[in-house]
Amino acid sequence: MVKAEEDIGKVVIKDGRYKISGKFSIPEANQPIFNEDTGKLAGITNPRDMTYIHTYGGEAIFFESLAKGKLMASRCDNEKCEFKGTIHEPFRIYCPDCLRKATPIDITEKARKTAKVHSFIITARAGAFNSLKLPIKFINIEFEGVSTILMGYLSFGEPEMGLRVVPIFNTKNPTYTIVDLSWVPEGTAESELPEGFTF
Amino acid sequence: MSKPVYLATVGMSKFGRSFPETRTEELAIQALTAAADFVKMTPAELKSYIHTCYYGHFADHFGDQLLGEAVIHDRLGLDPLGNIGVKPGGATGGSAMWEAIKAVASGYSDCALALGWERMDEAPTDEGNHLISAAADKDWETPMGHIYTGYYAVMAQRYWKIFGKSEDSFRRTMAEVSVKNHGYARMNPYAQAPMKITVEDVINSPIVADPLRVLDCCLMSVGSACGIVCDEKTAYELTDNPLRIWIGAGSHTLRVADRRNMEIPLPPNEKVGQYDDLGTRFPGADRYPGFTSFLAARVAAYYAYNMTGIKDPCDDLDIVELHDAFTISDIQSYEDVGIRPYGEGRDYIESGDAYHTNPLTGKPGKLPSNLSGGLIGTMHAVGATGLMQIAEVGYHIWNRWDEIHEDPAKWKEFGREKPSDWTSLQVKGAKRGLAISHAGVGSHVTAAILMDPNHLLKED
Repeated sequence: MVKAEEDIGKVVIKDGRYKISGKFSIPEANQPIFNEDTGKLAGITNPRDMTYIHTYGGEAIFFESLAKGKLMASRCDNEKCEFKGTIHEPFRIYCPDCLRKATPIDITEKARKTAKVHSFIITARAGAFNSLKLPIKFINIEFEGVSTILMGYLSFGEPEMGLRVVPIFNTKNPTYTIVDLSWVPEGTAESELPEGFTF
Repeated sequence: MSKPVYLATVGMSKFGRSFPETRTEELAIQALTAAADFVKMTPAELKSYIHTCYYGHFADHFGDQLLGEAVIHDRLGLDPLGNIGVKPGGATGGSAMWEAIKAVASGYSDCALALGWERMDEAPTDEGNHLISAAADKDWETPMGHIYTGYYAVMAQRYWKIFGKSEDSFRRTMAEVSVKNHGYARMNPYAQAPMKITVEDVINSPIVADPLRVLDCCLMSVGSACGIVCDEKTAYELTDNPLRIWIGAGSHTLRVADRRNMEIPLPPNEKVGQYDDLGTRFPGADRYPGFTSFLAARVAAYYAYNMTGIKDPCDDLDIVELHDAFTISDIQSYEDVGIRPYGEGRDYIESGDAYHTNPLTGKPGKLPSNLSGGLIGTMHAVGATGLMQIAEVGYHIWNRWDEIHEDPAKWKEFGREKPSDWTSLQVKGAKRGLAISHAGVGSHVTAAILMDPNHLLKED
């Protein structure tokens, strides 16, 4: 069901608390399930219209930065950490080794210059609530000097291991989710980018 | 473990894709009743021994019922015994047993029940796919397609390219896993997908995510299974023939993305330096565990082998049940648990060692795997899977596999036709076995070892 603009459930934080507006939890009557062969009742449907309210906490900077065309990662700068200097992407709020707060760093340029496909898969299937165009071309992206391998999706071209890719960002109509970050092969023309995305 | 732990009995329900007119508790009661039958007790008699209960049920959001464990516990008539639910993904069944074993080993309980179930038939398929994808990271993975297979299959792709070298021969070996496991499922009245198929059938089945096709993938199932573990005194009150049981556990990051490069930990049958040239033999394989191996499985097996004195799984074990979520991940797990070295998993199938009867020699396979039919041929009712595997390994060591799988009355009761060429898969003289319970992309893994108490490898 498509809701009218004023009915869309929205949430803001005011005075340190969530404040919600719009319509949530729209009820829909349950329906009986009959066995057509025996005519007997077997069960019922349980329709649910649910909206979760979720905080990004210390990761919010990562998702907000995507809308600004920036790819943020995190680095441990703790002098006493055995793994000081390790860069993580996915972004981590805390260093997993010393549990000290990690430093957010901008790796957009590093991604533009060194990102390549570590593995990939193409799938024509998706689950409910999917917003990506099918088939989805999942790719895993490695960067020079980064200890981990980020999952993403390719928006243009065909994936292959070792393919050089560059990040693109949904800066025009951001959803503030991970799908605001996508990837295209190095050298892709701006005209080939999906609607709303920029380099 | 401080006290020896014994597996006294096991039981399973029928497994199927859906049970539109059967509540979950009915399946759980089937499993516990089967466990009572197995030791020739009434359910009430068996229940009188139980002190603590561990319930494996992963996806409670499918059923829109939190505290489902309390529902099942009540319907099993086990109140007011203490109980708790565990839910680490595909490793839920093994993890429920892990908890039960620890309760007995510590001396806290003299008799603990591990019972698991799953039902994924109560949501439409698309919504079911979304609900499963919620087992990935909800911010970094789930929004991309809401399809867990996609997050998993990138690992398969990398293994396929690096270790399988994208060879047709490797593709056929993958398919052989499916042919084998669907074929063994034909001898199992509990099994959901018995099939007499060929390699070509697998290779020509519809693509899910290349290189994985429908017949490369495990089932989505409903059903229940259980096991009861005890201290020595209680075990011998329940049965004259309890088995010894141990379990190891390992973990790794929920997101494959977070897995950093590290040295390969070695089980007892591997040597320092043997992987120095792995990246040369298999270009691209110089990152461990990367996308090609499961550290959690290696660690779980490492602990289990050290607890039990296993030096080489192929020499010391007689039967294994592995987590064949996909044909390719089955091959990956041969390497993680030390059945074959990294890069050489395919040889376990190609040599015929993994079969009940080696197709190359006509002699017994060296270490038969997944004679139950596995997750590909029999079931993957997530919370019950690891317990089904433990039960199936146990039936072989008890030398009672035929009794459980042959009875025409059981085939009839389950509404399944017993094949005219039904063949016993009992592993003759089986004394020791392994069951691997594995979650998703390898976040949690348990390795259960079962042994005939008269054939231990190590003094307590």
